[in-house]
Amino acid sequence: MAQIPASSVQNNSHVLETHDLRAYYRMRYFGIDREVRAVDGVSMHVRKNEVYGVAGESSCGKTTFIKAIAAAIRPPLEIVAGHVNYSFIKGDLYAMPAAERSAIRWRHLSYILQGSMNVLNPVRRIHKTFEDFAFRHMNLGRAEFDQAVKHHLERLRLPAEILRAYPHELSGGMRQRVCIALATLCKPEFIIADEPTTALDVVVQKDVLAMIRETQSEFGSSMIFVTHDLTVHANVTDRLGIMYAGRLVEEGRTADVFANPMHPYTAHLIASLPKIGDTQSRNALSGSPPNLADAPKGCRFHPRCPLAMEICRHENPALTTLAEDHRVACFAASTKVQPANDEGSGEAKTLEMAR
Amino acid sequence: MTAPLLHLDSLTKLYKRGGLFGREEFRAVDNVSFHIHDKEPQVFTIIGESGSGKTTLARMVLNMIRPTTGTIFFKGQDLASIRSGGARRRFMKEVQPIFQNPFEAFNPLKRVDRYLYMTAKNFTDAHSPAQLDAAADAALNKVGLSIGEVRGRFPHELSGGQLQRVAIARALIPGPSMIVADEPVSMVDASLRMSIVNLFRTLRDDLKVSIIYITHDLATAYYVSDRIIIMRKGEVVESGLARVVLENPQHEYSRLLKSAVLSPDPRGQGVLIGDSAASQQARASPHRQTINSQS
Repeated sequence: MAQIPASSVQNNSHVLETHDLRAYYRMRYFGIDREVRAVDGVSMHVRKNEVYGVAGESSCGKTTFIKAIAAAIRPPLEIVAGHVNYSFIKGDLYAMPAAERSAIRWRHLSYILQGSMNVLNPVRRIHKTFEDFAFRHMNLGRAEFDQAVKHHLERLRLPAEILRAYPHELSGGMRQRVCIALATLCKPEFIIADEPTTALDVVVQKDVLAMIRETQSEFGSSMIFVTHDLTVHANVTDRLGIMYAGRLVEEGRTADVFANPMHPYTAHLIASLPKIGDTQSRNALSGSPPNLADAPKGCRFHPRCPLAMEICRHENPALTTLAEDHRVACFAASTKVQPANDEGSGEAKTLEMAR
Repeated sequence: MTAPLLHLDSLTKLYKRGGLFGREEFRAVDNVSFHIHDKEPQVFTIIGESGSGKTTLARMVLNMIRPTTGTIFFKGQDLASIRSGGARRRFMKEVQPIFQNPFEAFNPLKRVDRYLYMTAKNFTDAHSPAQLDAAADAALNKVGLSIGEVRGRFPHELSGGQLQRVAIARALIPGPSMIVADEPVSMVDASLRMSIVNLFRTLRDDLKVSIIYITHDLATAYYVSDRIIIMRKGEVVESGLARVVLENPQHEYSRLLKSAVLSPDPRGQGVLIGDSAASQQARASPHRQTINSQS
C-alpha cells in the first residue's frame, strides 16, 4: 500500500480504485475521544461497464463507504487514510480542490439515492429539480437543455408530462424512475445507487431494477449498487462485495459468490434466503453486528462465527485472492489467508485533506 | 358447533375524499370475506401491493376503525357490539398488533421496558414490580431475549431486529389467541428477516397463537403461511392454501406478482431474467457480451 499511484488509476479498465480506505467518525466529548471505524481498510476496484454490488447488514458501513467514495464527507466523518482514484480525474479524489470536485459531481459521478420522496424537493416541479441538479453541468442554453431533458426522458420511456408535476403527484415507483433519469442525464461514467428499490413493491421493484440495468448498459456507465437484499444482487450485479463491520470480507463474481461462498458470513446470508417452492427450515444467525466504536479484536465476525478459531480472536485476516477474481478474508477458508498488519498503526496517518 | 376464531362477512370500507365540490368515494376494502378456524392455530397471510387495502383490513380486524358495511365476528362476538371499556380490554387481550416499523412504533423518549410493564399491568393480574418483571421476562424469553437486555434501554439502543422482537414479546404478554402483524419484516434487514419469520412459526406451533401476517414479500409468505389471500385494489383476487396458490397461481394478478419475485437462483447472470423489452435489450447489449467473454 506504500506505492500509491500518484496520478489516476493504474489499470485503465478500472473506473474506481480504492486503496486501504479508512473513514472514521471521530468525536470528542469532554476530552474523551471516541472513534467509530465505519470503513476500515477497504481496497477494491470497479471495472468499466460493471455493476459492483455491496451487501451487508445495517450498520456495516455501506453508506459510509459510499460517502467516502463520493467525497460527501462532513465532520465528524473523516477520511483517516487511504486513496480514492477515479479514471476520469487525475490523482486522488481528496487531493483535488473542492471546486473541481463539485464540478465532476453529476457530470462524471452521480447517485441514485434511497427514499426518492426525500430527494426531490417537494415544493419544486420536476423540471425545476432537473435544472437545479444538472443545468450547470451540461453547458447548454436554456432551450437546448430543456430539449435534452425531454429527449432523455423519451429514451427512458417516461412521459414528458411528469416535468410539470410536483413530486407528491407521482407514485413511489415513478419518483424512483425520475431519480434514475436525473442521475443519468449527464451520462456519467460512474453511478452510485444506494438502496434504490428498498421501499418499493415487488412488481415496481422489478421494473425499476430492469430500468437501472438497461440505462447503465446503454450508457456504458459503471455502477456501485448497494442493498442488503441478496436476491436483488443475484439479479442485478456482476461482481459482489460483502461488507461486515466496516470491512470487506468477501468479493468475487456474483455467480461465484452464490455458488461457492467461502466466508461463513456470506454462506449464512445466502443459505437464509427463502424461496418459493422450498419450505425447509432456515436458521437465522444469532447476534447482531458489533458496535463499531468498540469493535472486537481480530476478525470482527468471530463472536458470531460458527467456525471461529483461536487465531480469529487476535488477528485480522487479510483479504486474499483464493480463486480467480475471488477474494476472501477468513482464516477458516484457506491456510493461504494471512493476518493483515493492521489496527490502524503505522501507515494510517491522518491525511491532509484539501477542503 | 363452535364459532370460528375470526369471521369476516362481506367487509367494505369507504373513504370519502374531497369537500363541498366534487366529493368522491374510495373503496379501500371491497367486499372481503374470510374466516380463520379455531381448531388449529395458523398463519394466515394477506398479500398485496401498496394501496391494496391490506392495512385498512388489518385495522378493521383490530377494531381500530369501523367497517362501512359488513361485520367482523371474533369468537362469535360482533366487533360492533364492543362499546364499553371493559369489553374493549377483553377484546384487546385476545387480539394484539405488531406494526411495520419498530423504530416508529416505540416512542424514542420512552424506555422500551415500560411498554412491557404497562401491558402487563393492564392485561394480566400482575401488579407488584416483581410480578411485572416476571411477566415481561417470560414474554421476552419466548422471543429469545431476556429482561436484562432490555431493562432501562431506549429504542435507539436496540437494533431493529431486537426491537421488533420486543414488539412481539409485548404482544404476547396478554396471552392473545391472535396476533395481527402488519408488514413486520419489511423494515428489517434481510438477514434478520428469517429470525422474525422463524419466530412466527414457533408462536404458531408452540404457543398456539394464530397470526395474520400482512406482507408483500411472497418468498417469506410461502415459507411461513398456511393460508393466503391475495388482494388488489381492495378486492380479494385469489385465496386458498398458501403452497397451492403460490406454486400455481390462477388469477392474472397473482401470476404477475409471482413473476416479479426475484429468485436468488439466477446467481449473478447479471441481467434480470424477464421477458420485458428492457431486460431483453440489456441482455443483448454489446457491453454485456464483452464483459461475459472477458470473464
